[in-house]
Order: sequence, then structure tokens, then C-alpha cells
Amino acid sequence: MSLDLVTMLGADAPNVMVEKLRFLGPEIVLFLATCAVMVLGLSPQRALRQACALVAGGGLLLSAVVAQVSPVMETSLFPQFLPYAKTLIAAVGVLMVLLVTGTIDRDFEAEIDRGRPFDAIRSNRGEFYAFLLFSLTGLMLVVTADDLVWLFLALELTSLPTYVMVSISTKRARSQEAGVKYFFLGALGAAVFLYGFAMLYGATGTTMIWGDGTEPGIAQALQVQMAAGGLSPIAMLGIVLSILGICFKIAAVPMHFYTPDVYEGAASPVSAFLAFVPKAAGIIALIYLLSTVGWQWGAGEGSLPDPVRVLLWTIAALTMTVGNVLAILQTSVKRVLAYSSIAHSGYMLVGLIAGPGDGGLTSNGLAASMFYLLCYGFMNLGTFAVLACLERDENGERVELETFDDLRGLCATRPWVGWTMVLCSASLLGVPPLLGFVGKLFLFTSAISAGEIALVIVLGVNSAVAAFYYLRLIGAPMLESPTDHTRSLQPAESPWRVVAGVLSAASVIVLVPFSGVLIRVSSEATSPVEITVEATASAAPIERPDGIDR
Amino acid sequence: MLLALIMVPIVGALLIALGSEKGAKGRAMLTSMVSLAVTGVASMQFDWIQDAAAHAAEPIQLAMSFPVIAELGVSMSLGVDQVAMWLIVLTAVLQPLCVAGSYSAITSRVRTYYAWLTVLPAAMVGVFAARDLLLFYVFFEFTLVPMYVLIALFGSTNRKAAATKFFLYTFTGSIIALAGLVYVAWFQSRLTGDWTFDIGLLAQAAQVMSPQEQALVMLAMLIGFAVKVPLFPVHTWLPLAHTEAPTAGSVVLAGVLLKLGTYAIYRFVLGFVPGAVVEYAAAIAVLAIIGIVYAGLICWVQRDVKKLVAYSSVSHLGFCVLGMVALNSTGLAGSVLYMINHGLSTGALFFLIGFMYERYHTRSMQEVGGLGSKMPIWAFFMGFFAMASVGLPGLNGFVSEFLCLIGTFQSGAPGVGGTPGTLGPWFALVAGTGMVIAAIYLLFMVGKIVFGPLIEPPGHTHDAPLPVDLCGREILILGVLAVLCVFLGVYPNAMLDTLAVPLEAVSEMLQSAGIERGLIEAPAVAEVVEVSGGAS
Repeated sequence: MSLDLVTMLGADAPNVMVEKLRFLGPEIVLFLATCAVMVLGLSPQRALRQACALVAGGGLLLSAVVAQVSPVMETSLFPQFLPYAKTLIAAVGVLMVLLVTGTIDRDFEAEIDRGRPFDAIRSNRGEFYAFLLFSLTGLMLVVTADDLVWLFLALELTSLPTYVMVSISTKRARSQEAGVKYFFLGALGAAVFLYGFAMLYGATGTTMIWGDGTEPGIAQALQVQMAAGGLSPIAMLGIVLSILGICFKIAAVPMHFYTPDVYEGAASPVSAFLAFVPKAAGIIALIYLLSTVGWQWGAGEGSLPDPVRVLLWTIAALTMTVGNVLAILQTSVKRVLAYSSIAHSGYMLVGLIAGPGDGGLTSNGLAASMFYLLCYGFMNLGTFAVLACLERDENGERVELETFDDLRGLCATRPWVGWTMVLCSASLLGVPPLLGFVGKLFLFTSAISAGEIALVIVLGVNSAVAAFYYLRLIGAPMLESPTDHTRSLQPAESPWRVVAGVLSAASVIVLVPFSGVLIRVSSEATSPVEITVEATASAAPIERPDGIDR
Repeated sequence: MLLALIMVPIVGALLIALGSEKGAKGRAMLTSMVSLAVTGVASMQFDWIQDAAAHAAEPIQLAMSFPVIAELGVSMSLGVDQVAMWLIVLTAVLQPLCVAGSYSAITSRVRTYYAWLTVLPAAMVGVFAARDLLLFYVFFEFTLVPMYVLIALFGSTNRKAAATKFFLYTFTGSIIALAGLVYVAWFQSRLTGDWTFDIGLLAQAAQVMSPQEQALVMLAMLIGFAVKVPLFPVHTWLPLAHTEAPTAGSVVLAGVLLKLGTYAIYRFVLGFVPGAVVEYAAAIAVLAIIGIVYAGLICWVQRDVKKLVAYSSVSHLGFCVLGMVALNSTGLAGSVLYMINHGLSTGALFFLIGFMYERYHTRSMQEVGGLGSKMPIWAFFMGFFAMASVGLPGLNGFVSEFLCLIGTFQSGAPGVGGTPGTLGPWFALVAGTGMVIAAIYLLFMVGKIVFGPLIEPPGHTHDAPLPVDLCGREILILGVLAVLCVFLGVYPNAMLDTLAVPLEAVSEMLQSAGIERGLIEAPAVAEVVEVSGGAS
């Protein structure tokens, strides 16, 4: 069954916009939930205000269901990708909602308890959940994007709400600072890739990525250029600038500088959100953009984007190395996790460099990257959840955990939280047989299949370097003895955070036997198809990027 | 059966972790005895002495398999050959001794200790029994986790650094080895179109790789496995880890964990890329010999007895690797025998040092000496196991060391006794000095701490809850090991008979791979036949 909005809306003549609405079922559900949450957050009744999280979570679950039954996008290079990616986003999104509960409006609610009347102006709860859902909606729209303008708007819809979320996540000044920093650098990043998009438009005369079945898109136009002797400089510049701009979203070198400061400034649940949502948006956008120049690099014929490969290779290697090496030097756990987030972006880029391969499960680098994104979503959420689950007393103010000392002996004092940290860190490190290891294994196999042996070595050495700091994260809760300080830690107000953490830790183990199924689904979703464009003079049919049909 | 061997320790460890602090050691002992019993049953089902035809038909016994991640061809596939089975037996025998040896040494966080100590054999047996590459790798890596915890929590003063160094070295190495192994799997998939991690199938596919590919794969695997052995120059983690680890940790580390490295070399380096092994046999042998001599010389100047024994492991394991690259069945047999013997005698030495440490809280030869007068039983065992380790004829160490050297001598030697190979008398001669050095440093150690005037740490009072000399439990542990040492020394054929056929097959495979690539010459007899055939 497919959810056919065109017939539902009663439009007889298919209009372009209405045609596209068919794919937007999950986004529409999320948008409706967003509107509901915005209103609910302003309700004078506390029970209704507290229903925000419930509505947000319910909306995400519903959108996952809708994503499963929504139609495939025939004009996309990856027709099966939409339902897959949107379900993935919704699944991690639900855990995110569990994790952010209790972040916002704590002082406000406390004042109401003391008898202060409700003041709608001061309530941020509705906005906060609305922004969160907006951002996830934006992420889903990135998935649906088949046009540069759409892609740009979707990327910005993903990011803009997060700037606000960072600023309002705590009452501390450094959150404001982090928000501002994030906003300005984000704007810079957006400007860079928008410039790149404009170049691409200039080089090809269209904003459609793969065409719409009748008109050729950028992919076809660039294929023609490559067949005729190579990408034009302007197209090359466009691709390069787009990649660099999107590096901001995935926190990759050279656009990674904001990461530790922003993650440190935001409340831990929001940091977890930042580490996953914009990264997912960036990775998906990169898959789409890179698909226009193909993944035939190094193969010789018609594979001019060697510069692109070299660029990505360098970015990936530097990102891994910078992230891991700088993480070793940190004293704040949040900064460690921020640098680890940078490093993991580098790992995911390895899959993108490998490309879709010959369609085999283990050689599909895109599938490996998407699978790793899912793994990372869980592992990362678990570690941040631990920081958010407990609070310490700092000058009479209750703040979340931050240093390694706060984690000492947690396995003894608070076993659920402590073991969540141990399992998720071990998985991030890639200790077999946890999920992170399986994720890395797929990156390994795909990169080796693509002949990227040197990159595999870089990845391997980096995984080993990462052991330095992950061992500290594992050792502090598991091996150290609890101190008076750690015994005095109080649980955070929202018990759902522990649930989110424990669920992520469980998924790190439980999903392992299902990794075969997951990678198969992932591989089906990211296997490119041949797109035919009805013959026009300038358009050649796009070939499978792996060139197997030649 | 093999699955039970892996599951029993896991279940046991869970029971220990969830049970009371007090009953932990009892449950650990019970688990290890159950494992031992299961191993006994398994070894009865196992056909130890196969003839060539039976071995060719069923090289892997007790096999079982069910798919885990079918999409990738990953399966829970277990099975053992004679070499693996001996190592499993060694693991099972050492485990109860390790548990018993920790009774008085571990007094705090007892549950944590025994839970991790108990789960360790599951991973080690898993490594030996795995017939699936990924399964092997998972177990191989997983051994790090319990060992890391044991060192980091229960070691002596410098334990954190030692544990971290141990983890980082091995983890780095194994990731690079993984790259090599995955490359083989990918190569296989390109040949057949299907991904599989079945070790048997991969071994066949790997031999088709080009010489250059083989060399690179071998390099990647060696980087990983040499760290574990440890081979010079990546041995530097070992002395620290050994010195800082608790007694039972050192015993397991020396007894079995190091053998994971040599076993992996036997299984994967020799099994997957025999051609490259022949090509680089001399280079590997040089590294092994440097390890033998250099580590031996380091031992000579050690004043910390535990460190001395730790370095002696580096030296001894050099012989083990040397025997393997001799490419003939004599060397291979010596090497496999060495794995078991080293586990017994060095394990016992670590126990002895541990027992001394529990009483004197020092490991320095300058602070203790002449204990023979005070602890005669301990002194007897110290002398006995030092002799076993030196290679006194009649004890186990001698046979294996001798076979390794003979194998090396014959390998590539001209004349009748020579076998195809690239080493030769000179290699054996230099490696042989290692035996002399071993005698020097071990006897020096024994002379210092057993004989001579009694030296005790200043202000030493006997406050340990142990008798001045060894107690019955400790004597039992050492007694069991001593009996095994004598048995294998007097009647090594108990092992050699079982190993003859499988190792002959391995050496034939190695030699024919080398001959095929023109790296070594076929045996003289075969050449004559060929010449006459060509003339007619």
C-alpha cells in the first residue's frame, strides 16, 4: 500500500509540487506534531505542557510508520532510500526525545510550584520540542531532496532550530556563547555550500539533482561533461565548495573548530542531538551531491573527479586524526565526546569514498556509512545520556556531569548508568563483538573492496589511537573506586534519560545479531539504479556509478 | 562440545558476578573444574592419532556450525585440529590452578576478579576452536578485555599504565591484522562471488593471491600477531604487563595468551600465505633470533625476578616462531610442543614468584636471597622449574627446544638430512646461544634467591596468613605442573605422535608452495627422479 496524497487531495492534473507531496508523508506528520507541541507548550495546565514530549515521541513513531508505507521515489538515484533513511531518523529521534526530557524550563516549573502564576511568555517548553521536531523534519526533507534549492532549504531547516536549542538548553552564559558561535560559523558553512550550489547551477543550468524523468538533472549534465573530456572548472569548484560547506554539518576538518566549544556549552542532551542530526543531514547531502559525479574514481575512464577523491580522502584522514589526537588531550568528557564525534565523521567519510561498489552487501560503502551512522546514533546517545542522567552540585546549582572524576566508580554506585557508559564507549572504540565493531567492519570491507587500502590503514591506526581516550571513559566508571563526590551525585529529574541511555546500551548488544539484516536493508536503500531520461539532445542516461553495466 | 567449552565459563562468570562476594572463589573453582571435565570428554571424542588418509578426510574434528549473520557468510563455526586441541587442553588444565593460586592473593573485589578470570578461558578456547575468521577475531580481541581489567584492577603499583600499554599495543596490532584478514576475505569474494569467512575456504583462496599480495597480507597479519607473541621489536609491552599483573594474570598471560599469537601465526600466516612465509622465512627467523638472544641478555641484567621471567618468555617464544619458519615437520612439532611446555614451566615460575611475593612483598633479587634455608619446598620447585625452563634433558623444555633447533638446522641444509627451507646451520648456531644464555640467567636467578646466605627485606616479619613455606594448596598447584613437566620430558611422544600427521601435511604444503615459486629447491631424491624422467 502506498500513501497517495495526490489522490487524497483530489488533484486530477499532477502538478509538480503536489506530485512531490506524495513523498512527504512523514514530514507532514512531524510538522503536525510540531504545531501541536507548540500550542501544548503554552498550556496553563502542567499535565498538558508535559504532554509535549509524549506528542513529539508519538509523532516520530507515527512518521516512522508513515515512512514505511510511503512510495519510493522513482526519479531518485536511490529510490529505496527514502523509507529507509526516514525510519532510521525517526527511530533515533524517539530516543532523542526521551533524552531531552526535563532539559527545559526547570526553574520556571519550580517557580510555579512555589505559587507563581503561569506566564505563557516565559514558557520555553513548546518551542524547544517544536524546534527539535523542526530539525528532524528538516533532516527528513534532506532525505527527500532531489533539487539543490530544496536541499539547501532542508539543510538549513535542520540547522536553524539547533542554534536556538543550544542557546536555551541551559541558563548558563556559556550556552548563549555556544549558540552564537554555532550560529555564525553555521552561517559561514551555509554560505560556502550555497555558493557551491550556485556554481553547480551555473555549470549545468539546472537545480535538479538527477532530473525528473523528463528533464536531465545535474548528474546527467555532469556525466555529459565528463564524457566530453572532463568537468568544467566551475562545476569542479561547485562540488568542492559544496563538500567543504557540508563539512561544517558533519563537523569534519577544516570546518570542525566549533564542535568542542558548542558541545561543551550546550546541555548534554542537546549535544547528543547536535552530534547526530546535523551529521546525518550532512552525510546524506554528501551522498546525493557526490552521486552526481559518480563513484568511479580511480577506475580510469571518464573518472575525472580524481581531485574530488583526493579532497575527500584528505578530509577523511585529517578528520579522523585530528579528532582522535585532540580528544586524547581533553579533560572534559564532553569535549572528548565532541572530538570523538569529529573522528567518527571521518570514519563515515571512508564509506562515501568507497562508494556503492558492485552492489554486494559488503562492498557497498554508502550502506556501510549509513549503517555506521545508525550505530553512532545509538552509541553516542548512550554516552551523552550518562552525562545527562546524573547531576552534581556546583555552588548550589545542580549541573550535569562533565569531568572524568564525575564518572569514577559509577558501575558500583549506579550500575545502570555506569554500565551504559562502559558499553557505549567500548562500542565507540570498536571492541568486538559490540555494534561499533560491526559498523567498522563494514567500513573496512567496503573500503578494501574499493581498493582504498591506505585509507583502511589510516582508519585502523586511528581506531587504535582512539583507544587512549575511550579506555579512560571505560576505566573511570568500571575500574576506579567511587569517591565521596560520585556518591553525592543526584539523579536528574527526568527518569526517561536513564531509559534512553539503557536502551542505547542495549541496542549496542542486541542489534549485533541483526546487523546482517540491517546492512541488507541499508544496502538495498543505497544501491543506485539506472535513471533514464527521455532522450533529449543534451542528455545521456546516467549510468550506474560503479560502471558494472558497461 | 566445543560450544559447551565456551559457554560454561561465560555462564560461570555470570553466576559469579551475580552471586555473593564470599562464594565467588568456590564458584570459580567449580566452573573451572566443569570446564576441565568437559575438555576431558571432548578429548575422548577427539581422534588424537589419525593416519594420513583419515587426516586428509577430516582435518577438523568436533566441527559444528550455524549461521550468525547469514548475509555476510559469518557463522558460529567451531572445530579443532590436534594443535588447537592441545592448546585447549592446556587452557583447561591451567585454569583451576590459576583460580587456586589466587585464593590468598586476592582479598578485595573478589567477585569482579573471579568473574573476569573465569570468562577469560571462554575467549581463549574460542580463539583456538574458531573456524570462522570473524569469530576468531572477535574472540582474539575479546581476550583483551578481561586481561585489561585484571591488570588494571588487581595489578601492582604501575598497573594502570601497564594495562593501557598492553591494550593499546595489542589492539593496534590486531586492527592491522584485521585489515589483512578482511583483504583475504574480499579476495575470496572476488574469486567466487560470495562472501564467506570460513577459514578453510579462505585458506584455499588466499594461496591464489599474487606473491606481492601475499607478502602484504603476511606483513599485516604478522604486525598483529607478532605483538601478541611477542616478537622483537614489538615485545616491549610484555615485561610491563607481566610484572604488573596479578599472579594468576601473569600465568594466563604467559601460559595461554601469548600462544594466541603463535597459534594465529600457525593457523593464518602459515595456512593462508605459505608462499610468502617461505619467501620471508629467513627475515622472520632473524627477528626471532634477535628476540632470543637480545631478550636473553636483558634477562641476565634483571634484578626484578618477575621481569626476568617475563623477558625469558620473549626469548622462549622466539624459539617457537623459529621452529615454525623452519618449514619442516621437526621444527613445527618442536614449536607446537614449545607452546605447551612454555605454558607449563613459565606458568609455574610465575606461580612461584607470586607465592614469594605474597610472603615478602618484593620481587627484587637484592632484597631477598637464600630462601632455600627458610622455604625448602619452595626452593625445590624453584630449582625444578628453572631447570625445566632452561631445557635440562629429561624435562619438557629440552625436547621442544631441541626439536626447534634441529628443525632450523635441517631447514635448507645441504646433504642428506636437509629439508627444503631457507634457514640452516648458522641460524641454529646463533639461536643455540640463546639456550646457553637461558642457562646463565636462570641459574643466576636461582643461585641468588635460593642459595647463599638468607637475605630478607629489612624489617620483614612474617605476617601473611600463610605458612612460612608453601601450604598444601600451593604444593598441589606446583605438583600438578611438575608431574606434567616430567611426563612430557620423558615421554614427549605422547604429544609428538598425535602431531606427526597434521604437521607433516602443513610442512608439505609450505615446502610445495616454496618449491612452486622456485624459492627453495626440492629434496635431492625428488630431483633425481625428475632428471631421469626428463631424459627418457
